[in-house]
Amino acid sequence: MNPLRLGFIPLSDCAVLAVAEATGTFRRHGIEAVLSREVSWANIRDRLAVGALDGAQMLAGMPLAAAAGIDPVAEPTVTALSLDLNGNAITVSTELWARMVEADPAALATRPITAAALRRVIDEDRRHHRSPIRLAMVYPFATHNYELRYWLAAAGVDPDRDVELIVIPPPRMVEALTRGGIDGFCVGEPWNSLAVERGCGHVVVTKYEIWNNSPEKVFAVTRRFAEREPEQHQALLRALLEAAAWVDAPENRPAVARILADPRYVGADEALLGASLSGRLRLGPGGATATLPDFHVFHRYAANFPWISHGIWLLVQMLRWGQLASPLDVLATARGVYRPELFRAAARSLGMPVPEIDLKTEGTHGAPWILRGSEGSIEMGSDQFFDSRVFDPNDVVAYLAACEIRSPQLDLAALAARNR
Amino acid sequence: MQPPIRVLIVDENAGRAGLIEAGLVQSGCEVVAQLMGRADLQAKINEIQPDVVVIDMECPDRDTLEDMSRITRTQPVATVMFVDRSDSESIRAAVAAGVSAYVVGGLSVERVRPVLELAIARFTQFQALQRELASARSSLEERKLVERAKGILMKSRGLSEDEAFHLLRRMAMDRKTRLAAIAREVIAAAELLL
Repeated sequence: MNPLRLGFIPLSDCAVLAVAEATGTFRRHGIEAVLSREVSWANIRDRLAVGALDGAQMLAGMPLAAAAGIDPVAEPTVTALSLDLNGNAITVSTELWARMVEADPAALATRPITAAALRRVIDEDRRHHRSPIRLAMVYPFATHNYELRYWLAAAGVDPDRDVELIVIPPPRMVEALTRGGIDGFCVGEPWNSLAVERGCGHVVVTKYEIWNNSPEKVFAVTRRFAEREPEQHQALLRALLEAAAWVDAPENRPAVARILADPRYVGADEALLGASLSGRLRLGPGGATATLPDFHVFHRYAANFPWISHGIWLLVQMLRWGQLASPLDVLATARGVYRPELFRAAARSLGMPVPEIDLKTEGTHGAPWILRGSEGSIEMGSDQFFDSRVFDPNDVVAYLAACEIRSPQLDLAALAARNR
Repeated sequence: MQPPIRVLIVDENAGRAGLIEAGLVQSGCEVVAQLMGRADLQAKINEIQPDVVVIDMECPDRDTLEDMSRITRTQPVATVMFVDRSDSESIRAAVAAGVSAYVVGGLSVERVRPVLELAIARFTQFQALQRELASARSSLEERKLVERAKGILMKSRGLSEDEAFHLLRRMAMDRKTRLAAIAREVIAAAELLL
């Protein structure tokens, strides 16, 4: 039989896939799998669509966008496993940081830092008729896009009117920041750390701070593969779960950095990769190093569970920002993509405790908490948003109605009709 | 007469870009620029205003084009559309060849399809050329190895050139491996012993 081909993008959070291959975990679970290093999310999508890949690391929004019919190549993909939580950050140029410090030092004194200081800079630029601040993220359906927008909007900055948002691939971010093409970005590691090391960027806020333990990448396969090869799919999930548990252990993180430093995987400096993987993030050139033990979460807190509520949150962002113009049933769409029952089967066969619920209210736990699951209880992390908002996946219309800044295209009445 | 289709080529490989440009110009297109992947691709597209962007799939900048269909309220930007939205066969061909194309502005997909087809053909042609070159290079390497191994056997066992070659071939057949692999072993063993 031909080996399975699994795509990934060279980023710190390809760790679970890289480790599963490098440590022979796939083979131990009876699978022949070959990883394929890809350079763009569009390539991953297209190679899955034509069958050149069987599965891949994907931005959590990508399978949902395809299911909602807003991605040009809509090969249906499903996910039964999340690869990680957190792991991104918003970094601005040292010039913009200096302007923020000047504009509103008080707003930068307490963490999590809000966009209040940035808003003052934007207001000043508008008064002087200067061109808008330009910020980059990595893909239209990327979590990076949504967390950047969430963070801006919470401070009253309209991401579609007050700034210019563009897409730049991660390996070009630091170059774009140095050459002055952009003023800031939201990206995964090691690119924030690299900008700080090069002396051109300052980390303003991490994804963890914006929304504690929020979803990041997923492992997706084509629906075709999931239906035709359920046994292989289960074996893949078991291998990835085992690898995720290994990657998550703090004592293994230096070894993870060593594996990722290999040019076959990320090919970046081992020390740079190791720092943020071990929860140490230098926030500014010559500045202090912050200790953020949950900067990267790969397994604990039920991180690998495909929460339907996470899928709904992402669909709600697509609605909020006008990517999804026609109303849809968010629960049914998320259920078509996220497959908790497949996760449970794999986790149970490894004796791991699994959540019995598919949805949870996000933003109500400000501290670690215990989730009762089958086969034992699960220690969960905080799931708070930095602006203290609560996301109830069963009432998305009320949630969107309370968003002051949102796409004018959003028709709440029509959405309500589809989500009773 | 319709004005020629204005094409922007984004390719890390200048040789291949030249090949595509020649083909496009021959078929009546105007190639407005050839670029390597770059951080300011979006600004460049807004400046150049091509009708079509042909992009090498090895450029991470493809994701930048994926986002350009979004309408922003700050300033008018070129609208970009993936050429092969509805046509799975052309996606397959494009992915296999390693090239992708995007329509900028309002040009109909039908009018630009020949551009994509030409790009696919040239990418495939280039791939075949690279493969031929690589296999020619490796067969030359292999011939050199076999010559050296033959020389070692002739000297150490007092064989004629023909006998040395037949011995190597028999060893390769017995062990179900390639002649070059056996030659490499003979050379390694000789280096170890001498």
